[in-house]
Amino acid sequence: MAWNIEWRASLANLGTMVKYLSISMLVPLFVAVVYSEDIWVFLLSIAITAAAGFALEQLEKEPDLGPSEALLLVSLAWTTASIFGAIPFLLGGLGTESTIGLSLESGSAAVSSIVNALFESTSGFTTTGATVLGEISLERHSHALLLWRQLIQWLGGMGIIVLMIAILPELAVNGAQLMQSEAPGPDLQKLTPRIAETARALWLLYFGFTVLLVMILYGLHLAGFAPKMNLYNAVAHGFTTLPTGGFSPQADSIAAFSAAVQWAIIPFMVVAGTNFALFWHVLKGEAERLYQNSEFRAYTGLLAVFTAVLAAILFGGAAPVLEIGGPTEGLAENSLRHAAFQIGSLLNSTGYANANFAQWNQSAQIFLFFAMFVGGSAGSTGGGVKVVRWLVVLKAIRRELYTTAHPEVVEPVRLAGTVVSEDAIRGITAFTMLYLILFGVGAVFLGLDAGRAGFDLTVLEAASASLATLGNIGPGFGRLGPFGSYLFFPDSSKLLMTLFMWLGRLEIVPVLALFVTGVRDR
Amino acid sequence: MRILIVGAGEVGSSIAANLAKNHDVVVIETDEAVVEDLNFSLDVLAVQGDGTDLEVLEEADVRRADMVIAATDSDETNIVISGTAKTIADIFTIARVKRRRLLTTWEQSQGAFGVDFMVCTDLISAEAIFRTSEVPNAHDVDTFANGLIRMVELNIEVGSPIAGQRVADVDIAETLTFAGIFRDDELIVVTGDTTIEAGDKLVVIGSQEAVQDFAAETAVESPNGIDDVVIIGGSEVGYQTARLFEANGYHPRLIEQDRYRARELSELLTDTTVMESDGTDTEFLKRENVGDADVVIVCLESNEKNLLASLLARKIGAKRTLAIVETAEYADLFEEIGVNIAIDPRLETAEEIVRFTREGHTEKVVMLQHDRAEVLEVEIDDTSWVAGRELVDVVDELPDGVVIGAISRDGELLGPRGATVFEPGDHVVVFVDATVLDEIIHRF
Repeated sequence: MAWNIEWRASLANLGTMVKYLSISMLVPLFVAVVYSEDIWVFLLSIAITAAAGFALEQLEKEPDLGPSEALLLVSLAWTTASIFGAIPFLLGGLGTESTIGLSLESGSAAVSSIVNALFESTSGFTTTGATVLGEISLERHSHALLLWRQLIQWLGGMGIIVLMIAILPELAVNGAQLMQSEAPGPDLQKLTPRIAETARALWLLYFGFTVLLVMILYGLHLAGFAPKMNLYNAVAHGFTTLPTGGFSPQADSIAAFSAAVQWAIIPFMVVAGTNFALFWHVLKGEAERLYQNSEFRAYTGLLAVFTAVLAAILFGGAAPVLEIGGPTEGLAENSLRHAAFQIGSLLNSTGYANANFAQWNQSAQIFLFFAMFVGGSAGSTGGGVKVVRWLVVLKAIRRELYTTAHPEVVEPVRLAGTVVSEDAIRGITAFTMLYLILFGVGAVFLGLDAGRAGFDLTVLEAASASLATLGNIGPGFGRLGPFGSYLFFPDSSKLLMTLFMWLGRLEIVPVLALFVTGVRDR
Repeated sequence: MRILIVGAGEVGSSIAANLAKNHDVVVIETDEAVVEDLNFSLDVLAVQGDGTDLEVLEEADVRRADMVIAATDSDETNIVISGTAKTIADIFTIARVKRRRLLTTWEQSQGAFGVDFMVCTDLISAEAIFRTSEVPNAHDVDTFANGLIRMVELNIEVGSPIAGQRVADVDIAETLTFAGIFRDDELIVVTGDTTIEAGDKLVVIGSQEAVQDFAAETAVESPNGIDDVVIIGGSEVGYQTARLFEANGYHPRLIEQDRYRARELSELLTDTTVMESDGTDTEFLKRENVGDADVVIVCLESNEKNLLASLLARKIGAKRTLAIVETAEYADLFEEIGVNIAIDPRLETAEEIVRFTREGHTEKVVMLQHDRAEVLEVEIDDTSWVAGRELVDVVDELPDGVVIGAISRDGELLGPRGATVFEPGDHVVVFVDATVLDEIIHRF
């Protein structure tokens, strides 16, 4: 295996990305000014990030990206963004009791704090939403820092690379290759002849939905339906709903807000898990494309069925005594709202909570766990295996059974009448298998690592931690529940989960392709 | 009429043979041996050369021709020939194509490519197969007047309820007419006294339902329509046939031996079960219960294979078999040996093209029993001698061997009665004995 990669070209482009990342830090800086908080954290972060960006850019004046360089760029972009994104956490928590602030007490404490900050930042950019914060509160952390946590999820949602293609003309040449490596789902859909316009269209849609949600949330506040949903909270939750992120500056997530807010967020979570290309077609006046799309039909169908089943379970009394969220037994509105919210949140990997589902009974928990395997749609901001892959896998299995009885039958797998090529089926089956294997291996590793470190980790906790990070979902079960934290894991486990979030966001293949073959000759 | 035929392949040469009787035919063909052969075997002028070449067209005197029929093996060539001929001469152009898509394009933009009429051989063969398989015991089925009127040539089998009956005693619907009977090599004009015998081929003309009902009544075992359709051979005809069955709500099975073609077909056909196997593999046919099929259609690449596969299907129990026959002379042989119906693609194509060579207002021509008789659809115009006259008078003046089968007026079917008065605009379906054909063509 020869590494004939023009790595300088990749790194120089990376430098450009880092430079732009420093600009995005102006947002929390502005918030710090507004709330009269410490501005040095972000000024320093901006300086470090911008300097690093400029330095990297000097490696190659006219970077020329081939397919291998593109793959390297995409893989590195997410780690690099996570690393620089962690700087404000480290600086902001310096000298405080924050679990993600840089600790200088001892060598191992410093390492742990850096691992924590990296975990939190990766969880942000990959829109996972798993946290290692010991306590989420505006008393403990500044408004600016918690908003940064929300903002990086928003940046990661539609894709850092897609954003770069949208704004950097020089990336457009290899844009399709770049987007293919980053975009969730098995296929890249070009909406316009020029890839940069496609990227811009997707980001505009994403931006539009975000603005709409912020306006609705703040509107509810002004109308008196949501006392706690002030402008800061409205923006913060707008930032993490559309990317299926799940971070919240509130310790009790969406349970902190009124039922009206919860109902308002549900449709936006559904939108976030939908292929954004479909909305583009709807805006073009082809609304029928939405319901003709077999993935969208399956996705909404699954949401409806899962919600109905969970609502029935909750109505039957699966949530006996709850600290947060309130009882559901025999309460129709509560049951339905909790079911719709939690399925809308977990099926497509958002990770918000409006009740502590980790305290629901076994039947409800195992059902939610099952829902987590589904994932969003291809071309959405959601994580997981993706609905379209499950559709193809199930149809391929059905065909396998049929041809066992009739060996001569030749039958293609179809999605809404369109034939799925055998190559695509092989790729999708391999991906799904790999996903399940990684999930299993991850759970075992976390269990063994917990044993080594000498603390108790239940099977459900280990399994849900593996799945919640690989699928970019966020919360798990037990102590990893929606209002819990991943803080108690040893550093080694946190690093594995950081890797999992990265693998999950890039859908495993580009990253593994880097290490296996693919990137050989130019 | 002076007719130029380009390409003397199977279709081209059979059209040439058909037209040579009544018209001046010039054939252009690239293969020298074929040219030589044609000059001797048919009363036509054969010219060697490439039909897309202007010089060759000039040599064939395209400017004096009334019609050019482009029937080479290449779709593009045929279209170029039509376009070229159209630009240099005032001429009626007919192009034969294989790809159905081209036909669709042409249909949606009439006159495209300089083609006045486009005929897709495989599609019309498939249509003939589909029409014939839907009617029990039918030997040939055709529709007229936009599907309003149907003609069926029925096989009267031993044990049929009407075998041995006098025509006058057979109870038929008002909208049905007995046109004629083919018995052995004879054409019998039907009267009330004619006795129908087993082995006859009875031609009836009437409304869709009347024909369908009558065919079902005369069948030995009355099947409740067809359901299980098996197509052996994924040729273009096989594919088009499957498509037609799909379009009419059937779920046919299609057997194709070639792996890649099978895959291609499975992608093209959504409601068809495609199987990759040899259609002559008895073990496979039995395992997949092909013997239970209501109709087995064989469209393999050679006569021998078609015959073999049809006979095998019959042997394991298939109720009815239809096979494509590539050589016109074998059609009867096929049917004698045990294939229920042999479909000749060239005949079907010729029927489509020949009508343009007829003077007057012939809308459609169907040839029966090697052109022993024809069924014509004629439009009556103001100048026609029959306009404004009663049917009974008209019939008196017509020679023997001509039967008025049905009349359509303003989209409605009129059962022909003696007192019916012909009006301009009527479409009349007439059964004509070929011996009096020339006489009759000029009469309407």
